[in-house]
Amino acid sequence: MKRTAKIVLSVMLVAAMALSVFGCKKATADGNSADTKKGEGVMTYAEYSAAALDTEVTVETYIQAKQGWWENNGVGNATFYTQDADGAYFLYNMPCTSEEYDKLDIGTKIKVTGYKSEWSGEVEIVDATFVIEDGHYVAKPLDITDKLASADLINYQNMYVSFKGMTVEAAADGSAFLYSWDGSGSQGDDLYFNVSLNGQTYTFTVESYLTGSDTAVYKTVEGLKVGDTVDMDGFLYWYEGANPHITNVIVK
Amino acid sequence: MKKLAKVLSACLSFMLIIPMITGCHGKKSSAGFTMPEGLDPSKTYEIVFWAKNDTNITQTRIYNQAIEDFEKLYPNIKVNIRLYTDYNKIYNDVITNIATGTTPNVCITYPDHIATYKTGNNVVVPLDELIDDPRYGLGGSEVKFDSPSSDEVIPEYLNECVLDDSIYALPYMRSTEACYVNKDYVEALGYEIPETLTWDFVWEVSEKALEKNPDGTYAVNGKDVMIPFIYKSSDNMLITMLKQQNAGYSDDEGNILIFNDTTKQDLMTVAEHTGTGAFSTFKISGYPGNFFNAGECIFAIDSTAGATWMGSDAPLSDIDKNQIAHFTTVVKTVPQFDVDEPYMISQGPSICIFNKPDSGEVLASWLFAQYMITNDVQISYSSTEGYVPVTSKARESSEYQEYLSRSGEDNSLYYSVKIDAAKLLIENTSNTFVTPVFNGSTSLRNAAGQLIENTAKSTRRGQTINDEYFTKLYEDTKALYRLDQMNSAGKNSKGELGPLPAGSVILLSAIGGTWIVIIAYFAVQFAKKKRAV
Repeated sequence: MKRTAKIVLSVMLVAAMALSVFGCKKATADGNSADTKKGEGVMTYAEYSAAALDTEVTVETYIQAKQGWWENNGVGNATFYTQDADGAYFLYNMPCTSEEYDKLDIGTKIKVTGYKSEWSGEVEIVDATFVIEDGHYVAKPLDITDKLASADLINYQNMYVSFKGMTVEAAADGSAFLYSWDGSGSQGDDLYFNVSLNGQTYTFTVESYLTGSDTAVYKTVEGLKVGDTVDMDGFLYWYEGANPHITNVIVK
Repeated sequence: MKKLAKVLSACLSFMLIIPMITGCHGKKSSAGFTMPEGLDPSKTYEIVFWAKNDTNITQTRIYNQAIEDFEKLYPNIKVNIRLYTDYNKIYNDVITNIATGTTPNVCITYPDHIATYKTGNNVVVPLDELIDDPRYGLGGSEVKFDSPSSDEVIPEYLNECVLDDSIYALPYMRSTEACYVNKDYVEALGYEIPETLTWDFVWEVSEKALEKNPDGTYAVNGKDVMIPFIYKSSDNMLITMLKQQNAGYSDDEGNILIFNDTTKQDLMTVAEHTGTGAFSTFKISGYPGNFFNAGECIFAIDSTAGATWMGSDAPLSDIDKNQIAHFTTVVKTVPQFDVDEPYMISQGPSICIFNKPDSGEVLASWLFAQYMITNDVQISYSSTEGYVPVTSKARESSEYQEYLSRSGEDNSLYYSVKIDAAKLLIENTSNTFVTPVFNGSTSLRNAAGQLIENTAKSTRRGQTINDEYFTKLYEDTKALYRLDQMNSAGKNSKGELGPLPAGSVILLSAIGGTWIVIIAYFAVQFAKKKRAV
């Protein structure tokens, strides 16, 4: 018994030491990790979630996807999907120069200060400024297939997620996908396609600013056939309801 | 006397020769395009058309049908369409392609945009000569379709396409803004919708709609969400308010007049009602139609070209069917300050033609552009939304009149809100206005919207809105849109026109020199005579 207690205590001690060494990081399978300890004046994800709309927020987060860079009246800006260990932050039209944009590789840690806002159900940080910090974290897609039909889905808003084993359904004109929501677009526009699970059909999007017509996902969706079974990764964007922006499709 | 005649003759000859020397080059440089003898039937022309649709598949089909029908009439002209759903993207792509000499042939556009395109040398074709050409012009003898005459293009709309005294585009479709009103809610709040909405009425009802039940829901709809008044285009909002108050925005010379006290008053009003939660904008909250259809908005101002998205029975909607509220939609003009002198903005796409080295290709482009204002295209396209045709020929046609008369027969082609929106514009064509167009007018328009958006956002964020705030807002906005540099580069300033062409300099110098010689000769003769006397 004494020996068992010693072993347990030793294990606990080693675990405590490991925690102190690796600090407040949430490890992932491939070794990259997100700091769970926030800097001075930085909100936790829970605090950010609880913050009222139109209030100033400061978060530390990691770039997960970049949605184009463009210039508006000489001011460069871009939209980013970002995430820390606990949740996601959508940075809409954040001012950044072209050079800064190039530095913001996937996984880069940034400290962002801006205003929490909501547009058609999408919670985002707008009018933001940022600084690059030391740290690197690329999130693994979280499988939320079983959450699709649940009211809990909104809690995963903007996160990098995956949907498994869904079936491609026909669009209004019988095709497997549409250029633009009603087929009024042409190649290069957003792709819309329907997928079903357990008798429920959902419309997913390949957002052309995020993944354009030269990307693998765009081409894969253009090649889908009604009845295909697919696994998908993407970001859980919101527009008057869930509107996942799919970044990877594997046809089974 | 003989000597005098010789000198005068030499001077006159010189004056005549100089324009001949410089004339050819001068004409080419100012006009760029020279009307060809005719369209060469043995030659194949391939033209590129950049079109814009409102993410509406019916509009896409109409474009494709128009191209198919046109190509049947002109088998040697092939039209390749590229579809856009955003005017700004077309604008940016055109700017990029001007630099590389790869502009499309025909392009849907706005006059504000043309003002920028036009700063390039001979980039956009002035259409005056083409319009008036007896063979290929509007209603021309050799045009293979029933083309409208220039008199049949609604004059207000054609005038909108005039820049620097030349016509640079054909109007394609016209719309205005409408206020879509939830009649049930207005009446439930104890009001009657007046014949013409006023700003005072809209603000008063909007404030009243914020009253809540004990459980915190809004009394008028029993829901957690109610934004009584949402404006889609904040730039149009301020521009229209200023026009209605006869206050400064800009003038024909390109002077920036928007930073005035009336603007400040209007922004204070925006701040006041944003602060209570009675007002918001598309950029801040979302599409007015989504809130309106969900019964979470009472006054939704959006384009008449978005009418198919408005109302309980709207054929198009972005929200779930279960979220749609059931109420009566009334279509009104935008609120007015003076009901006896109403103003509403005129908007909608026009068509311009880009210059090409082959004048035959330009003529082919012109014929296609002209085809887009024939009755078939005009009536079918305008029926997709609350647009109106740009020709009296189409408007007065029995086909279009029948379309209008069948309002409410169904909720698709004859959707009543859409047809009411079109009728609203037809009845108010003379009350529409446009803002002066000059190189920089697009920036000024964006700045107008930014003033509203920033004031509303700052209010929501609890910032103090006072004179000091507006002083800073004005300065920041001027700097961001470079409006502080614009007055010196306005429409008629030397800065925009650039230096005179070399040919013109030579011609003017020659004329001046000739007059000096003539005057000098007479002075010498006069002196000689005087001495002789």
